[in-house]
Amino acid sequence: MPVSLALHPEFTRFDPLVALNWIRGEADWLAIRFVQENTHRRTARNGRPEQNSVGIERGVMIEALVDGHIAYAATSNLSRAGLQQAAHRAALNARSAAHLKLFDSSPEQHPPALGSYRIASEISLDSVGLAEFTDRLIEATRRLKVSDKIVTAMAEATFVETWMSYVSSNGSDVTQHALMTGQHFGAIAQDGSETQHRSLNGPTARCGQGGLEAFDWSGLMSECERVGNEALALLRAENCPDGIMDLILAPDQMLLQIHESIGHPLELDRILGDERNYAGWSFIRPDDFGRLQYGSPLMNVSFDPTRAGEFASYAFDDGGATARREWLIKDGMLLRGLGGLESQARLGLPGVANFRSASWNRAPIDRMGNINLEPGAAGLDAMIGSVQRGIYMEANRSWSIDDYRNKFQFGCEYARLIEDGRLTRVLKNPNYRGVTVPFWHSLAAVGNAETFRVFGTPYCGKGEPNQMIRVGHASPACLFRSVQVFGGEA
Amino acid sequence: MSFQRNTLRHFDTLSVACFESLAEGEQLTLNLAAEEQMYVRFNNSGVRQSTDVKQARLSLRFQSVGRRIVYTFDSTGEDRQDAATALSLLTRARDEVKHLPEDPFLIPPENQGHSQLHHAGRLPQLEALLGQVTKHTASADFTGLYAGGPQLRAIRNSEGLRHVFSTESFFLDYSLFTVNGSGENKAVKGLYAGTEWEVAGFEQSVRDSLKQLDLLKRDSRELSPGHYRVFFAPAAVEALLSLFSWGGVGYGAWKKGDSALKHLIEGERQLSPLFSLEENFNAGLTPRFNSQGEIAPERLSVIEHGVVRNLLISSRTAREYGVSGNGAESGEGLRSPEMATGELDDAAILASLGTGIYISNLHYLNWSDLVNARITGMTRYACFWVENGEIVSPIRDLRFDESLYRVFGSELESITKTASVLMETDTYSQRALGGSTVPGMLVREFRFTL
Repeated sequence: MPVSLALHPEFTRFDPLVALNWIRGEADWLAIRFVQENTHRRTARNGRPEQNSVGIERGVMIEALVDGHIAYAATSNLSRAGLQQAAHRAALNARSAAHLKLFDSSPEQHPPALGSYRIASEISLDSVGLAEFTDRLIEATRRLKVSDKIVTAMAEATFVETWMSYVSSNGSDVTQHALMTGQHFGAIAQDGSETQHRSLNGPTARCGQGGLEAFDWSGLMSECERVGNEALALLRAENCPDGIMDLILAPDQMLLQIHESIGHPLELDRILGDERNYAGWSFIRPDDFGRLQYGSPLMNVSFDPTRAGEFASYAFDDGGATARREWLIKDGMLLRGLGGLESQARLGLPGVANFRSASWNRAPIDRMGNINLEPGAAGLDAMIGSVQRGIYMEANRSWSIDDYRNKFQFGCEYARLIEDGRLTRVLKNPNYRGVTVPFWHSLAAVGNAETFRVFGTPYCGKGEPNQMIRVGHASPACLFRSVQVFGGEA
Repeated sequence: MSFQRNTLRHFDTLSVACFESLAEGEQLTLNLAAEEQMYVRFNNSGVRQSTDVKQARLSLRFQSVGRRIVYTFDSTGEDRQDAATALSLLTRARDEVKHLPEDPFLIPPENQGHSQLHHAGRLPQLEALLGQVTKHTASADFTGLYAGGPQLRAIRNSEGLRHVFSTESFFLDYSLFTVNGSGENKAVKGLYAGTEWEVAGFEQSVRDSLKQLDLLKRDSRELSPGHYRVFFAPAAVEALLSLFSWGGVGYGAWKKGDSALKHLIEGERQLSPLFSLEENFNAGLTPRFNSQGEIAPERLSVIEHGVVRNLLISSRTAREYGVSGNGAESGEGLRSPEMATGELDDAAILASLGTGIYISNLHYLNWSDLVNARITGMTRYACFWVENGEIVSPIRDLRFDESLYRVFGSELESITKTASVLMETDTYSQRALGGSTVPGMLVREFRFTL
């Protein structure tokens, strides 16, 4: 009998509402967040299987409010004794640290939430055979290897199943379940001293909620051949020229541009200084909201946890706040930051439902969710046609920005020169650099819905202790005027 | 010791139950990564969040008929429950291997002996920690993370191998902030870490940081992009060296076309004869055994006087490319790097720099041209403009874009006589083990671009 991709290990059932009764009385207010997350990795390289693994994270975080301060205790021992010990530790720590609390916490910052969230998937893990799926991955690596100069052909699939329950002593009872997938198809080409990487949209961009319908194999196989051929073309290509030029970024690079130069600086916990010792502060000040013209009037950016299929959609954040779509930047004007109810109370500013944790063993903090640049009116051909000499770049490969989110430098896998309104030669090692606000003011055209693509990344890191979290970014192609671009060199 | 003892007892019980369930031709390796940590996050000299974490991650590597499946799950600590979970996963693994193609590069588990190493520590309770932190940092805007508690790594396999490593340690990774004469936020980074929390040691760390903070109160200097003479303090050198573990010195990365040091490995380029780098487990910050149970050499020269001596080779890579492995982990990164010291006296650093930039820390490094080992990143924290051997002013942070072949090669002028041990502060998913031993270094010319 064929074995499917689905995994059903034996666990003892955990009921968070029953568990809440075990620990009532430990603190002025209590919450339990249970998380189970199964992460499947299936990969192939150069015609052979590489990795077959499933990691299962399963445990609870207990939040205890005492004397206006919340402390957290995480445990994977889900017995009555295990939870009682964790609740006791959390309450004790809250009591010990309350005299040094940074701000007053209250149950009002954690209002009762009731509801559930479950995403629909057309093709479940149960309905696809492991052998068949593995064969497809291996075949994809063969399609990528269009020449002996392709030294590495990689096909990687990730499936994540999450179950989250959140209950609190003031009446919250939330359950959320999602299936997500990620995929990476990439080739490394080598000839003499030259090496070039090319992949489908970059190494981590292709991710989202939903089932195995994301693996449209007939389309993917021909895309793999294209990627292999483009890797070869990069071997023969000239370096991206140095200079100030017009720049068109494809959506698979826009995702990174949005992430680093809009998402992170707008996080309210960064603005409050919580991240100063690690990820950094922000150039945004609290009084910039409603006043700072962040960029060109063509710029409209939303926080949208309601977009079906995007990687970070949900109905409630990990503090129980109801998730809604909100404008962050409208017509280029900065309107709202990315902060949950705690940060909103600390700053006296509106925010969004983005109080999120990476897993059961980390406390929630302000994170990005889905941060999207809304489509404009320009067609891609018209944007290219408006450029006399410039560069078109695709697929992120390098990212770096300062700790206040001003000076950035990003690199892409693949570029084409634009001459007299036409795409011409392939260029290798394309990079560009700039400063956030002037860069967004140079936004001259925003692509229409036809150019709009939905991507994301599983690897947004911040927080102490550190947390890696999933975010979604959707964007059209965009044209920026007079940007410093450059290539590689010895 | 009760956490380590109880967790290890449970691990042994579970291992035996799993091994007893194996049929002829089946092999199994169990890995354990466990910690009981107190994490306290500070901001504005107050407590932002404190999180106690008790976790034990069990990994089952099942091998049979030339196939391997790996399952990892969070242990409940209850023998019966975890055995039921583990045995259900092993049943599934037996089904899976029948449906996968053979993996020609698998290494069968072997009995590579037994070992057990424990580093005892003395760590503060929360109330004492908070009292000392508030007392000694009262004059500054303090922010940071304390992490402390026992960590445990263990491995057993069905062939009889058993290795255990445990340690009780802490770090306080912190920043002190001020506003300088130009009205700009400026900060200094400090790291106090070890196995024995000593009030005097913490006090000294803060005192050293406060001295630099005083210098940061001066007006800032804005420097134009261009080439500058620079001194990198150990934390900045550690950031640069971390890139050698991002594909750089792994044999597999080189063969797969993913190494930034291809030209160095193939003898087309060289680094400075002053630069030597080795893997050195003497500091005892991390176990020598890897997740396959193989023991790495206590010391392994990686780069000697600018020339590659050994790349890190995992057993899987060794099997694939027909070479000998050297106990590297599958990612083939440095686990306990040590850079050789040089001849530069600490007292002579500023005089030797003369006129240039003193860089305490770097931020957010990444490749800008992998095959040419070109990197970009930012200056961060206490970075100063120095004239004629005297600190003049803090700088406004600069972006750089430069090749490792110049930084550790043609432009490397001298290396300090002393090195710092910098404990690993990574806490993604779990607190990492390990650390780096790094000196400071003087570089003749370094390129800033923005």
